[in-house]
Amino acid sequence: MQRVNIIGAGLAGLSAAITLAENKIQSNLISLQPSERAQSVLAEGGINGALNTMGEEDAPKYHKEDTMRAGAYLADEEAVRGLTDEAPQIIRDLERLGVAFNTQKEEILLRNFGGQKKKRTAYARSSTGKIIMTALIDEARKYEAQGLISRYPHHAFESLVLSDETTERACRGALIRDTYTTRMHFFEGSVILAIGGMNGVFPELTTGTTANSGDALAQIFAQGVRLGNLEMIQYHPTTICISGKRCLVTEAARGEGGRLFVMRAGKPWYFMEEKYPEFKNLMPRDVVSREIYFVRKDPSCGEQVYLDMTGLSGEVWRKRLPDLRAELIHYLSIDPQTTPVPVEPGIHYFMGGIDVDRKHQTNIAGLYAAGECCDQYHGANRLGGNSMLGAIYGGRVAARTVAERVEQAADVYDGNEKKIKYEKIPETDRDFREASQQVIYEIRDILAAAMGIVRNAQGLRKAEERLAQLLQRDGLNERERNRIYLAQAMVASAISRRESRGAHYREDYPERDETFSGIMQAEIKQGEDIPIQITCRKAQRAEETV
Amino acid sequence: MKAEIKILRRKSAFSDNYWQGIPFETTDENATVAYALNQMNRTKGLTDTEGREVELPIRWECSCLQKKCGACAMVINGRPRLACDTELREFRKKRKGNSGDQMGEIRLEPLHKFPVVADLIVDRSILFENLRIMQTWVNGSGKVAEKRSDQAYEASRCLQCGCCLEICPNFYPGGEFFGAAAFVPAARLLSTLSVEEQREVREQYEAHVYAGCGKSLACRDVCPAGIDVDHLLSSSNGIAVWRQHG
Ligand SMILES: Cc1cc2nc3c(=O)[nH]c(=O)nc-3n(C[C@H](O)[C@H](O)[C@H](O)COP(=O)(O)OP(=O)(O)OC[C@H]3O[C@@H](n4cnc5c(N)ncnc54)[C@H](O)[C@@H]3O)c2cc1C
Ligand code: SF4
Ligand code: SF4
Ligand code: FES
Repeated sequence: MQRVNIIGAGLAGLSAAITLAENKIQSNLISLQPSERAQSVLAEGGINGALNTMGEEDAPKYHKEDTMRAGAYLADEEAVRGLTDEAPQIIRDLERLGVAFNTQKEEILLRNFGGQKKKRTAYARSSTGKIIMTALIDEARKYEAQGLISRYPHHAFESLVLSDETTERACRGALIRDTYTTRMHFFEGSVILAIGGMNGVFPELTTGTTANSGDALAQIFAQGVRLGNLEMIQYHPTTICISGKRCLVTEAARGEGGRLFVMRAGKPWYFMEEKYPEFKNLMPRDVVSREIYFVRKDPSCGEQVYLDMTGLSGEVWRKRLPDLRAELIHYLSIDPQTTPVPVEPGIHYFMGGIDVDRKHQTNIAGLYAAGECCDQYHGANRLGGNSMLGAIYGGRVAARTVAERVEQAADVYDGNEKKIKYEKIPETDRDFREASQQVIYEIRDILAAAMGIVRNAQGLRKAEERLAQLLQRDGLNERERNRIYLAQAMVASAISRRESRGAHYREDYPERDETFSGIMQAEIKQGEDIPIQITCRKAQRAEETV
Repeated sequence: MKAEIKILRRKSAFSDNYWQGIPFETTDENATVAYALNQMNRTKGLTDTEGREVELPIRWECSCLQKKCGACAMVINGRPRLACDTELREFRKKRKGNSGDQMGEIRLEPLHKFPVVADLIVDRSILFENLRIMQTWVNGSGKVAEKRSDQAYEASRCLQCGCCLEICPNFYPGGEFFGAAAFVPAARLLSTLSVEEQREVREQYEAHVYAGCGKSLACRDVCPAGIDVDHLLSSSNGIAVWRQHG
């Protein structure tokens, strides 16, 4: 029996591996670095689910509505229903695995997060991702000891192995390079990609980890895997600059009462509160980032926006945000309890990625994707707290889909066996060269200039031209070319969306236009005049049944 | 700000190592060792202090760059630390007449207790092997009681970076004693599982922690996550060895 190959060991990969193991299906959990190093450990603020423990009469359908509205109705409503319906159970499962959520009278507390009308975000102080990851890693270890999960850390995904092109292409496995021995291996069987967001396309400019280099996404795109929603890049409103990257100031800071202001006529102006009296500082992230962009351009305002957390109680700092305070003191020498913190929007999340259907299948048979690397659930703008949820749930759904198709393990270790012998996997030789830092940064600069919080045709066309020129340069290697194709697809998606929606704001088309109420899909069609093709797939609305 | 960064380099597990000093200059006052490594790896035609071209990349592991993932642990001037949590300005020379722009020597070596893969990368798989032997997982329900929540939270924070093992006088790879990198995660289970469900972890704890730990707490002083190792150790000893639940 073939093992299922899961690439990526963050929340999505772990969740898929555990779900398969629960179904007695063996998997290889392959990742560049061990789970402890995955971006998922950075998540801070919390995970959403309508647990309804705060006496606010919450229910999954309200969670679904908030998710759809924040995503500007681009997400697949039926898929979002599945996500929000299962969310309370997912949090209960995590609780059972020993996640130390903040509680009161033994019941999970929920906090406010942006764009949501009710308290719905469960949290473990301000290190929720790390605490959840620890529990899931331990759970995966249990199945590892039973022989159901084999971990391959320090193994890099190089490319898919696809069956010969006939009518429908299928995934036969993946080429994987052991970065310690530098040997290449062929892992046969179906593949679930859980490779995280493409932070490495924007080195130094994101809050995430550039270990998620974007190479894998660029590679599979070049191999014909369809991507979607690439123009939707989330700028988080509150980040700070630290050595070599942007560092997040969690939305929980505003959830717990933090207020944004800018100096105007010598006085702090709490612009979000004035402009949005209902949600105030907790509007969805796209709106807050855009407002920050505009007030900073406003000649009557100062250029620096501040996050004022001085009104938060000592209790909140101690019990709910201790890590955030320590971080701000460490990096900025500012104690947020007494002094407002200067903040700026920064790239934080990619709503786009591998295009999947409700069952997390890609356009290639036997290939699945889950977590931040796919384009499901978040539409034009992700709600804070929904991505850990989306990663865990997406991993489950992908695994369930695979489970319908593969056999269960005939016999597995009975648990007494302590040392697991790894199967020998056939080695293959294949030359490979990393993309050069020069090209990576050139592409980054082109994209960063054109794909900011506010965009227009002129800037995007210029990026298009510069990428086309770059592609003509002599001596590019395969990885560099693939990165350029991916960048071209991002820009082309943004050019095609001639409207403003969610994170994609076009100053030349400031209104929403229902012609574009669907995901922009990008696909490479080798041999055609314009190899990168963009099509708008109509958003799928479910019939309202509640 | 100028610094000479000396790196103990090694092409692969099978080659000899050698020191290479590389001059580094930056205007970023907050620059860390991690930043310097990334910048050096981006510099085409980088030369060392003797004018020779440096073979790039200098291999090292990193991910989060904000001291939350443990990838970048290495020995810096003799101490196990995270490269992304070590600012160059810490090494500012304090001599008279110095403009303050020149840093003292900064020496980077791979952690010593693990096999070297290349340059500053070591193979830390033993950390995970040991946790498997410790059986740090939940059977049944691991729901955390509120009074145990602080301990479960603290124990969940371990980065598996290995700094504590580097400094520990009693840990060596392949030995029976597993060190803080194993007893911190075990404390999570000891604090949450019911007495019956913890039997396995308890037995492993006695064999691989309690029996070997000298309680010098050198590990506490180097833990980059600032984990309250001291407290976790005494409370786990209480639960695992003396059966003090409460
Ligand atoms: C600072 C910060 C705070 C956040 N806070 C929150 C929050 O409060 N709530 C919330 O819901 N979300 C939050 N998020 C977002 C959330 O953490 C991520 O979207 C989510 O964890 C992604 O999980 P994942 O499993 O998809 O990817 P990741 O955790 O990024 O895992 C990707 C995996 O793929 C592997 N990989 C990548 N490339 C390769 C390759 N080529 N070969 C082999 N393996 C590869 C990596 O090694 C890794 O194991 C936050 C994000 C950041 C950066
Ligand atoms: S207390 Fe001492 S012997 Fe025990 S783990 Fe820490 S450093 Fe090692
Ligand atoms: S206890 Fe501290 S030093 Fe040891 S592995 Fe965990 S985080 Fe690192
Ligand atoms: S890179 Fe994550 S701890 Fe240094």
